[in-house]
Amino acid sequence: MGVTRSSLPRSVLGAGAPVPWWRNRRVIPWLVQGAVGLTVLVLVAFLLSNLIRNLTAAGLLLSWGWLSQPAGFDIAETILPFQASDPYWRGLLAGLVNTLRVVVTGLLGATLLGTLLGMASFSGNVLLRNLTRVYVEVVRNIPLLLQLVFWYFVVFLSLPNGTAAIQLPGVVLAKSGLYIAGFAEGLRWMGPHLVNGVWQAPLRWSVEFGALLTGLIAYSSAFIAEVVRGGIAAVPKGQWEAASSLGLSWIQTLRQVVLPQALRVIVPGLNTQYISLAKNSSLAVAVGFSDLYSVAETTLNQTGRAVEVVLVLLGTYLALDLFISLLMNGLNRLVQIRER
Amino acid sequence: MRRQTVSLLQAAAAARRAAPLLILPFLLASCASEGGGGVQSTKMATIKARGKLICGVDGSLPGFSFVGPDGSYSGLDVDVCKAMAAALFGDPGKVEYRNLNSSERFAALASGEVDLLSRNTTMTLSRDAAGGNGLSFAPPTFYDGQGVMVPNASGIKTLKDLAGKPICVESGTTTELNLADRMRERSIPYTPLKFQTGDQTYAAYLQGRCVAVTSDRSQLAGKRSSFPSPDAHTLLPDVMSKEPLTPATVNADPVWADAVRWTVNTLFQAEELGISKANIAAKVAEARANANQADLRRFLGVEGEFGKQLGLPADFVPKIIGAVGNYGEIFDRNVGPGSRLKLDRGVNKQWKEGGLIYSPPFR
Repeated sequence: MGVTRSSLPRSVLGAGAPVPWWRNRRVIPWLVQGAVGLTVLVLVAFLLSNLIRNLTAAGLLLSWGWLSQPAGFDIAETILPFQASDPYWRGLLAGLVNTLRVVVTGLLGATLLGTLLGMASFSGNVLLRNLTRVYVEVVRNIPLLLQLVFWYFVVFLSLPNGTAAIQLPGVVLAKSGLYIAGFAEGLRWMGPHLVNGVWQAPLRWSVEFGALLTGLIAYSSAFIAEVVRGGIAAVPKGQWEAASSLGLSWIQTLRQVVLPQALRVIVPGLNTQYISLAKNSSLAVAVGFSDLYSVAETTLNQTGRAVEVVLVLLGTYLALDLFISLLMNGLNRLVQIRER
Repeated sequence: MRRQTVSLLQAAAAARRAAPLLILPFLLASCASEGGGGVQSTKMATIKARGKLICGVDGSLPGFSFVGPDGSYSGLDVDVCKAMAAALFGDPGKVEYRNLNSSERFAALASGEVDLLSRNTTMTLSRDAAGGNGLSFAPPTFYDGQGVMVPNASGIKTLKDLAGKPICVESGTTTELNLADRMRERSIPYTPLKFQTGDQTYAAYLQGRCVAVTSDRSQLAGKRSSFPSPDAHTLLPDVMSKEPLTPATVNADPVWADAVRWTVNTLFQAEELGISKANIAAKVAEARANANQADLRRFLGVEGEFGKQLGLPADFVPKIIGAVGNYGEIFDRNVGPGSRLKLDRGVNKQWKEGGLIYSPPFR
């Protein structure tokens, strides 16, 4: 070893030479990412400045004072009390509560119906299996808006009205809604009754809500059924055979053996369907239900504050969907196989 | 001088047909020629370069804007669009109609998707103000009021009878607010059922979901005329509001707004002067022949510079009247005795007959 490394010319011993920065493997990714990041930033800055410049030119710079102005319109059915003299933000909040009401009940209903349908598609009963297939194929291939209009105008608005309404003990189904007996103010038990030709009851679901909920559940359940079917199909056939060799019935096999294993495949797919359902609830406006979108639309018209109202809408639906995702991701972690 | 401008425009039009790619120089040229008269409007330059007017209408309201079985539009609102196209191009057919619902209309106008909004829109302070919707309104083409329609079978005679009942209303309209105000004043509880489009609103009403539907009285009459049995529905006598239905443009282009304003005034003024579609040619000939008829000569563009001042052709008045007739003719044909609506002229009479239709002088 007469020659030390350092005494050799650098060109001969490339490995020891300091690599120029434009070929450095540590620098290049930073540069590329920096360039992409900068481009995105510049683009966003351009779009924002463009928006602000044009809004200023049109005299419509963002302002939020209108939120506390009295709304001046009424909302048909609200859980959160609302009247025309309340401010816009309260109207939007009442709309959001209505949206949440339909989303939460819709999620529960669609999950239940979808899971049953998904399970039924593995049934040994030929009729049940095929009926499920027909349902899924028909429902998921017709646009949701059309289905909502069908449920509302064709099905629900064909219900009889007034004294001709369908009356069961404690329950009345009329053209204007579903009325259920319950405790009125002062803890008095009260059944559905006619006041001035209009049904009244402590618990009331309007047909608008009913049509929207039915449409959303019917539509989403078809997709959820497919997700569940895929999840069940992903469980190896040997599991079914092993279960039946132990003498478990079909239902027992599904509940105890197959579904727990299928869940880890089902949950991520469900997440997507849940988010879709939450977004699809904004079609409420087609059937006259006052959800967040419907109230926002009225607000937009009355105030002329298009950009602000749309920002509120975007933010709210985004937050709602992210929240659903968060919950579903938590559920996903719970049902994952824990590898030891 | 005037002849020269016209032939230049004609040449430009011919060249445009021949070579669409060469449109830009002519666009600039037409801008320049307008600039000469002290009139500059980016909107009008855009419309002229495009070769047609884009007009926002309702599209499903008999009497005001309605699509016929052959796909052609008709109605009072549509005739305003046609009058504007006749003023700009000398051809009432050069209009592209966009059906807009009440929620879309202002956004479509503000974004420039439509040039002119002629869609039974009520003029209000907040819609006019720069801090509100920022619109620029022409004179009202129909003075209306909000009414309530109920089925005869319901036995409802006054607003009081509506207590606790569901009422159908189109969302995003002044109607919705007036309903809330009137019912609040009278402490009448009610359930508003809001729909996005008129079609949905009236479908729900006809299905019996609500016992009443509220809107402008003319609109109610128009919709009723297309019901399966129009005689089974009545308008309550209560008039709940003032609804001056008015064509609108954006605030940002006053030159274009002026052109629209004076096109509407032309319709009013022609009726006042007794100039109609039938006699317009004779009137023009009369004005040309008689130099003493100064008012008539100015109005018909035989002399003076009204057209140039507005950025319109000098003979825009004869072109408008020749295309759609005067206001009285438009009213009678679309909503009056000549139509299925059979509305009375009411306050929409000429001011000389005690009505509100009044054109400022063409001077």
